[in-house]
Amino acid sequence: MPTMDRVDLLHLYRQMLLIRRFEEKSAEMYALAKIAGFLHLYIGEEAIAVGAIAALRPDDYAISAYRDHGHCLARGSDPGHVMAELFGKATGLCQGKGGSMHLVDAPRRFMGGYAIVGGHIPLATGLAFATKYQQLDLVTVCFFGEGAIPSGQAHEALNLAALWKLPVIFVCENNRYGMGTSSERAIALYADVAGTARSYGIMAERVDGMDVLAVRDVMRKVVEQARAGQGPFFIEAMTYRFMGHSMSDPAHGHYRTKAEVEEHRKRDPLLLLKQTILSNNLGAETDFVQLEREVGDVVTAAVKFADDSPFPTPSALYTDVMREE
Amino acid sequence: MVLSYREALNQAMCEEMRRDSRIFLIGEEVGHYQGAFKVSKGFVEEFGPQRVVDTPITEAGFTGLAIGAAMAGLHPIVELMTMNFGILALDQIVNNAAKIHYMSGGQLSVPIVIRGPGSAAHQLGAQHSQSLEAWFCHVPGLKVIAPATPHDAKGLLKSAIRDNNPVIFLEAQLLYGTKGDVGDGEYTIPIGVAEVKRAGHDATIVAYSKMLLLALEAADHLSREGIEVEVIDPRTLKPLDLHTIVASVKKTGRLVIVEEGWRFCGLGAQIAESVYAAAFDYLDAPIQRVTGEDVPMPYSRPLEDAAIPDKARVIEAVKSLCGTQ
Ligand SMILES: Cc1ncc(C[n+]2csc(CCOP(=O)(O)OP(=O)(O)O)c2C)c(N)n1
Ligand SMILES: [Mg+2]
Repeated sequence: MPTMDRVDLLHLYRQMLLIRRFEEKSAEMYALAKIAGFLHLYIGEEAIAVGAIAALRPDDYAISAYRDHGHCLARGSDPGHVMAELFGKATGLCQGKGGSMHLVDAPRRFMGGYAIVGGHIPLATGLAFATKYQQLDLVTVCFFGEGAIPSGQAHEALNLAALWKLPVIFVCENNRYGMGTSSERAIALYADVAGTARSYGIMAERVDGMDVLAVRDVMRKVVEQARAGQGPFFIEAMTYRFMGHSMSDPAHGHYRTKAEVEEHRKRDPLLLLKQTILSNNLGAETDFVQLEREVGDVVTAAVKFADDSPFPTPSALYTDVMREE
Repeated sequence: MVLSYREALNQAMCEEMRRDSRIFLIGEEVGHYQGAFKVSKGFVEEFGPQRVVDTPITEAGFTGLAIGAAMAGLHPIVELMTMNFGILALDQIVNNAAKIHYMSGGQLSVPIVIRGPGSAAHQLGAQHSQSLEAWFCHVPGLKVIAPATPHDAKGLLKSAIRDNNPVIFLEAQLLYGTKGDVGDGEYTIPIGVAEVKRAGHDATIVAYSKMLLLALEAADHLSREGIEVEVIDPRTLKPLDLHTIVASVKKTGRLVIVEEGWRFCGLGAQIAESVYAAAFDYLDAPIQRVTGEDVPMPYSRPLEDAAIPDKARVIEAVKSLCGTQ
């Protein structure tokens, strides 16, 4: 393991904490009906977005499915504009036209959240196709749940990426469930999801998705290789969602037990990184108190910004259907 | 210069690809095989395999890839071997290409042309004979073009390639061999502009793609019987040039709409609704529709003939409106 740096580790912790507190606040806002529609929380899975995106350059592309708040925030999007999008406000990232599942921040090369399972994986191969065509040394990282693995679009995209050696890194967030269906009941190769990619000749690795440093390490390695033209790669990040599938689903119930959720919560990615920082004497409790305060202020300000922002005017309904020029 | 429809398409793409290196052609058999219908003859030789990309048989995968490449600044032309196979790419076309500009609040755009032959040829059976334009026209965010002549095919394809929106460009197998004058030198035809293909004052026929040729034959025949029909080709189906159609109907007072697609929820139903709303008081009789029958296309020759509009039915429809039957 490379030598650990206090500033670096506290920064990673802060990013994960921001996602955690932002989403807890989103759930509150949902209960207050400030946010509606589908809201899928990433709580428990923060180490994957933060670790993977930490390995990217600002001009690399990232794209994800509908559980996308974490990726967008890790990419550096302004929490106020993200919250405003969840509120459906005109100041939202997408002017209120996208919503929770369709965050886009083009200047930060966050190319969107997509809500058709498997449907954005071909788009990721296309982003990578474009950067190769343009002879740019950029990579594309594509996040998706393990529920997309059996889909035809995922297989078509994996085949094309491998066939044309595209600089794309597929990051499968294996949280063991697609809604209420465990992967054992949905994926023939559930014990080795990465094997799906290997069957196309794609180099694939499994990583502990609760360990942000492990995620970043493996991503740094494959990003460098993909940049050098040795892609594509596939990372299966083992994780667990602590909350329900969406706001209408309780954290535990018919398809998984409270005990199972409790067991996984022991490996909370925030807790693991905090332990690493403390046990290596790279930080003290006061640092975490300080971070909590800072992040709390950011989230409070984000909610205030969203609340104070206007809804889109009715005429916005008809703009951006077609590009005019 | 007289060219076949196939050659006109070839020339349009060739001129545009020489002009702009962001444009590439992708699809099954477009390269070494020169296109399933030889539309891309000579392309891989001139532009190389980087810009003339042969794909595996994965319509969702390569259409999605092209959409992703468009999001990153390229201008793909996707050739679907036939539009029937576009059904496999509908998720990509409808959920991604058509919506990404809107969902992102205008941040991303998808400058892409998806082209290939639709409609029946000679006894190809139910799965290879479909006219699906109404499906595409139904979706906000897409432009739909269906030219009937080599001249229109060339000028409109060039405009489609230069457009910054997703454009569905419908050709027809039975049109590929038809010939016509395309003039000399480069030109474009604006999207969304209909053309009066034959002037007349007794009745108006609106027909596009292959059905335009039928309408012109019927008009010739009717002229010999003293009925002068005005024939309008919308050329672009969406956005529809209602203005030209309505101006003609106000003059003739009678309208027949001819389409090869299925009658129920067909494009003609929409055109009729728009004309009723705009020119009801000018109509001397109810609008007549001549359409394909609401059945899967049968193989047997007489059955296939019965399923598709023919000259006799167009003539009959006009005569019934003119009270000469
Ligand atoms: C094509 C498609 N079918 C069904 C759904 C409904 N749906 C939304 S999320 C989901 C489960 C996806 O699970 P997974 O890919 O593992 O992602 P996770 O929610 O676990 O992050 C389903 C079935 C959908 N959005 N798209
Ligand atoms: Mg899952």
